[in-house]
Amino acid sequence: MKRTFSKKMWRETGAGYLLMSPTLFVLLLFIIGPIVFAIFLAFHKVQLLGTTTFEFVGLDNFQRIAHDTRAKIAFWNTLKYVVIVVPCQTILALVLAATLNAGLKGQKFFRIVYFLPTLTSSAVLTLIFMWMYNENGLINHVLKVLGLPTYNWIGDPDVALNAIMIMNIWSTAPYFMVIYLAALQDIPDSLYEAAELDGANALQKFWYVTVPYLRPVTSFVIIVGLIGTFQLFDQSYIFSAGSGGPNNSTLTVVLLIYQYAFKTLGTMGYAAALAVVLAIIILIATLLQRKFSKEESLY
Amino acid sequence: MKKKIGIGKALLYVFLVAYAIITLIPFLWALSSSFKTLEEIVSGTISFIPKHFTLDNYKQIFIEQKMFPRWLFNSVIIAVTVTILNLLFNSMAGYALARLQFPGKKPLFIIILAVLMIPAQVTMIPNYLILKQLGWLNSYQGMIVPTMINATFIFMMRQFFINFPKELEEAAALDGLSRLGIFFRIVLPLARPALAAQAIFVFMGSWNDFMRPLIILSDPQLFTLPLGLNSFKGQYISYWNYIMAASMVFTLPVLVIYVFFNRYFIKGISFTGGK
Repeated sequence: MKRTFSKKMWRETGAGYLLMSPTLFVLLLFIIGPIVFAIFLAFHKVQLLGTTTFEFVGLDNFQRIAHDTRAKIAFWNTLKYVVIVVPCQTILALVLAATLNAGLKGQKFFRIVYFLPTLTSSAVLTLIFMWMYNENGLINHVLKVLGLPTYNWIGDPDVALNAIMIMNIWSTAPYFMVIYLAALQDIPDSLYEAAELDGANALQKFWYVTVPYLRPVTSFVIIVGLIGTFQLFDQSYIFSAGSGGPNNSTLTVVLLIYQYAFKTLGTMGYAAALAVVLAIIILIATLLQRKFSKEESLY
Repeated sequence: MKKKIGIGKALLYVFLVAYAIITLIPFLWALSSSFKTLEEIVSGTISFIPKHFTLDNYKQIFIEQKMFPRWLFNSVIIAVTVTILNLLFNSMAGYALARLQFPGKKPLFIIILAVLMIPAQVTMIPNYLILKQLGWLNSYQGMIVPTMINATFIFMMRQFFINFPKELEEAAALDGLSRLGIFFRIVLPLARPALAAQAIFVFMGSWNDFMRPLIILSDPQLFTLPLGLNSFKGQYISYWNYIMAASMVFTLPVLVIYVFFNRYFIKGISFTGGK
C-alpha cells in the first residue's frame, strides 16, 4: 500500500516538473538569474569591448547618481510625469466607465471606440501625435480656431513633456476604464435602491455608493498605473529620437538607463545601478499606495 | 421630474459623443494623411478629405522601400510563435500549479507572483549580456525564448484550472489516461475561452513591443515593425504621408483582431484586472 502511494507521488512530481519545465527554464535564465546579475552589475564597472570584464567598484555607481545632473533631471521628469498622469488617467477612466454604465443606448459602440487607443502600439500612437503636434499641425490649428494659444509642442522644452502626458492619459485611460466597467457591474442594485430611499440624487449616489465600492479596484488601477508610468520609455525615445531632448525635457529614468547601458561605453554598471534604484522606488511607491488605501478603507 | 432626467441623459450623450470624437480624430487624421500627396501635406491646409486621393504612399512603402514587407514578416513570425508558445507553456504551468501535488509547488507559485512585480528595466541589461553570451542577439530566438512564458497568464490559467470541474478529469483517469494525457487531451481543449483572451493579449504585447527589439536587434533585416517604423521616421523625417501610411499598415492587423475578438478583450481584461 505504502509503495503504490509513493509511486503515484513520484509520478505526480515527475508530471508536475515536466509541465513546469519551460517556465522554470525561462524563469531561471531570463528572470531570476538576471535579477541577481543586475544587482551584481550595479556594484561593478563593466567593459564590453572584446571579452566582457567586470571590475568591483563598491558603491561608486550609486554615489555617482547623486552627482549626475542628467540623472536628477530624469528622476524629476519621471516623478512629475507620474504625479500628473496617474490621477488624471484614473479619474478619466472612472468617469468614462460610470458614463458607459448609465444604461444608455449604444454603449457597446462607444466602448469599442474608446478602447482603440489602448490597442494601438505606442510607436504608432507617438508618430501620429508627432504629426498632429507639428507647428502647423492639426492640434495647433484647432487651438487657433478656438482662440487658444498655440505651442511648439515637440521643440519647446517647456511643453514637450506635457505633450507626452496628454497623449498617454488619452491612450491609457480606456484600459483602466474597462477594469472599472467590470467592477461597476458587480455593485448590487440594492445599494442604489437604499440610497434612493434616503433621497440621494444621481451625483450623491455616485459619490457615496459607487466610489467607496470601487475602492479596491481603484487601488489596483493606481498600482498598475504607477508601475506603468514610472517605466515611460517608448514615447520619449521616439519623440526625441533617443536623445531625451529638447534640452533633456523628455528624458526619463528608463531612457537614461537605456542610454548609459547601450549608447555610451563603460557605463553599463552605472545603468544597472540606476535600474536597481528605479525598481526600489517603484516598490516603495506600490507599498505606500497599498498602506494608504488600507487605512482609508477603515472608515 | 421626468424632464430633468431627460436633460441629464442628453448631457451624458453629449459627453459620450464628444469623447468618441476625441478618440477617433487622431486615427482618422492619420488615415486621411496616408492618402494625401506630399504637396498637400506640406501646404499645411487642414482637411480630413484628401484633395487628390492617392495610393502612392502605400506603393512607396511596399515597393520602393523593400525592407517594409520584411519587417512585417518578422513581426508576424515572432508574434505568432510567441503566442503559441505562451498558450502552451502558461497553461502547462497553470495546470501543474492548480492540480498537481509536488514538492516545491508553493514556493514556485510565490516566486511567480513576485516576478509579476519586477520592472523589466532591471532584467533588461543582464538579459542583453546573457543573450550576447548565447550568441542570440540579432536572432528570432533571442526575441522569442525570453518571452515564451508570462507570469500574469500563468496566474490567470491557474485560477481557471482551479475552477475547472474535477469530475471530467476523474472520469478520464478511470479510463486509464495519465496526468499528461488528461491535460493535453481533455483539459486543454476545454480551456478555449481562457486561451482566446490570453492569445490576444500576448500577440498584442509582442506585436507592439518596442524596447526589447530596440535592444536585441541591430540588423535592419531582422527589425520588427515598431523598430522599422522608427528607423523609417529617421529616414523620411518630413515625409509624413509615408510615415502615416506605414503606421496604418502596422495598425490594421490589430484592428482586425480587435473587431473579431472584441468580447474576449473585455473578458480578458476583467479577468486579469479583477482582484
